[in-house]
Amino acid sequence: MPVIVLREALKRGLEEALENDPRVFMMGEDIGEYGGAYAVTDGFLKKFGPERIKDTPISEQAFLGAGIGAAAAGLRPIVEFMSMSFTLVAFDQIVNMAANLRYMSGGQISVPMVIRAPTGAGVQLGATHSQSFETWLAEVPGMKVVCPSNPYDALGLMRSAIKDDNPVLVAEPALLYGTKGEVPDEYYEIEIGKADVTRSGSDITLVSYGYGMHPVNEAADKLSARGVSVEVIDLRSLSPIDMDTIVSSVQKTNRVVVVDTARRKGGIMAEVAADLQQLATEWLDGPVMRVGSNDVPWPYNRGLEREVLTDSDDVLAAVAEGYGL
Amino acid sequence: MASPTKPSAKTSSKSAKSSNNGKSGASGLDESGAGVEIDHLELFRQMYLIRQFELACGENYSKGLIRGFLHLYIGQEATGVGALSTLRDDDYIVSHYRDHGHALARGLDVNRSMAELFGRATGTSKGKGGSMHLFDVAKRFMGGHAIVAGQLPLAAGLALAQQYNKTDGLTICFFGDGSTNQGVYHETLNLAAVWKLPVLFFLENNMYGMGSSIERVRAGGIDFYPGMATYGIPAAEVDGMDVLAVKEATELAVERIRAGEGPQFIEAKTFRFVGHSLADGQKYRGQEEVKEWEERDPVITFPAKLIQAGLVTLDQIDDVKTEVDEVVAKSVEFALQSPEPDLSEIHDDVFA
Repeated sequence: MPVIVLREALKRGLEEALENDPRVFMMGEDIGEYGGAYAVTDGFLKKFGPERIKDTPISEQAFLGAGIGAAAAGLRPIVEFMSMSFTLVAFDQIVNMAANLRYMSGGQISVPMVIRAPTGAGVQLGATHSQSFETWLAEVPGMKVVCPSNPYDALGLMRSAIKDDNPVLVAEPALLYGTKGEVPDEYYEIEIGKADVTRSGSDITLVSYGYGMHPVNEAADKLSARGVSVEVIDLRSLSPIDMDTIVSSVQKTNRVVVVDTARRKGGIMAEVAADLQQLATEWLDGPVMRVGSNDVPWPYNRGLEREVLTDSDDVLAAVAEGYGL
Repeated sequence: MASPTKPSAKTSSKSAKSSNNGKSGASGLDESGAGVEIDHLELFRQMYLIRQFELACGENYSKGLIRGFLHLYIGQEATGVGALSTLRDDDYIVSHYRDHGHALARGLDVNRSMAELFGRATGTSKGKGGSMHLFDVAKRFMGGHAIVAGQLPLAAGLALAQQYNKTDGLTICFFGDGSTNQGVYHETLNLAAVWKLPVLFFLENNMYGMGSSIERVRAGGIDFYPGMATYGIPAAEVDGMDVLAVKEATELAVERIRAGEGPQFIEAKTFRFVGHSLADGQKYRGQEEVKEWEERDPVITFPAKLIQAGLVTLDQIDDVKTEVDEVVAKSVEFALQSPEPDLSEIHDDVFA
């Protein structure tokens, strides 16, 4: 199977949508002439022209809101934010408009829009460029939120996001744009709202998503080397969230650690943990262990940032503390 | 200093043609020019409908049958009616939270609009939207929106779709003076100008953002249209109490937009005769000011001028009033008799 990097997978998903559906167009800061801050849209302007690859002023509220209007009129905009942290500037438009429009119009308006944003810490961008607000937006009714951890999922989720008739946030882990993985030439999609059991095991379940899958897989390797049979679940979708797959796994392993590389407090794993204690308490041999990055603004210094960011040692410590494994 | 492209939007009401159906061939009440035929009686009917609808809303709010926040359009009727009388069926309309007037002027069903305010299943949003969130996509009425200035980029996006699809349709976006201190107001004006979007920014300057007079919250005074030169957007000021003046100014702007000249801006000076919402005791302004504006009440002055000009008769005005009174009374009856939304519908319409 061909191996490509995650950036290329995203690019393929966007490119085929632009080729196949004239209603699809893109907007964002420096996605055209510059080629995109993370080079995902490199070459698009030349191929598709300025009407479909629209460079915007630095006006997140206006261009995200314009995406909503265009979607309400039947187009299928894909709007890029240069950083997940910048979505904050446009939260009014995302939450009050994109997510609410359908409900408050009694089902008259749909907003088939994809919002793309690089997310997460790890590249020393400091407090204002390293945050992971996909966890906030996952709480908002009317929003769908997905986050790939590998190139295969990135393409499959992007295809589904563009086809979806609702606003979908595609959170792209900034640390993973260069990550390699197998991606078949044959067409496939990944259903939004379905988690993926990426590794089968019987002793303990580890749950994460996006960049978090990397420390989790590292921890799983180390545990396996010690003879512990680990089941690993990649959420892939933060909204809707696939609790069924997680609960089924816990019914088998009776142990669970949920892992986020976003800040620990109030994140999506708080939601998973809360639901698990309600849905699977009788199956659990110990507490639902929750791991996340430290609840501090993201520091710039490399040593400090690494310490704050969840790593495999944090995961292993939680496994040991909760279940003595 | 006014924008150099400010159109002359005033029409005089001196001598006028006589007509037994309330229509004249002139562009205003004067005899000059054989422009598009104006249905004066229809303009009056719409303004009177809005007035009576709003009065009925106020009454039913007092009875507790309409809840939440209720913002009435009383006093501003000439603005919305004049502006919307110039549009086509394929144009989009975007409004703010004081949206009843725009909805009715666009021809939304009176019964279903009233039912929405009563929160009933027969309402325009099936009772899920309320007073501030009227929608009728079939009529391209894309909502009342209740975050101040939040509707501006939505309008830009609808216009973007019209441009993208290579139509000559346009989007009109209503907003109040309160919107102009929001950052997204600036962002959207610039974006629309940079992309030459077919959008008409229509400022209803009623001099107050809730209880704050413009002069207390804006350093630049009460006129907004001169500032549009900064964006390269042609702008005009118009008397928002004069329905024909509003109509004429809007027609000119619409013509320019359809010709591909990009966004236009109209500032209508208007006034709400009532409080910001029904919860407003109006401690922030004197009754003298309100009285002065009330003397220019378009629902009274416009028919008086029409009769004086011989364009319509008192009987015709009275017939319209009788008919509209009945329509409004029936809408209240319709709302009262409509069922509440079924609780099983709570989770409907979250996702497509």
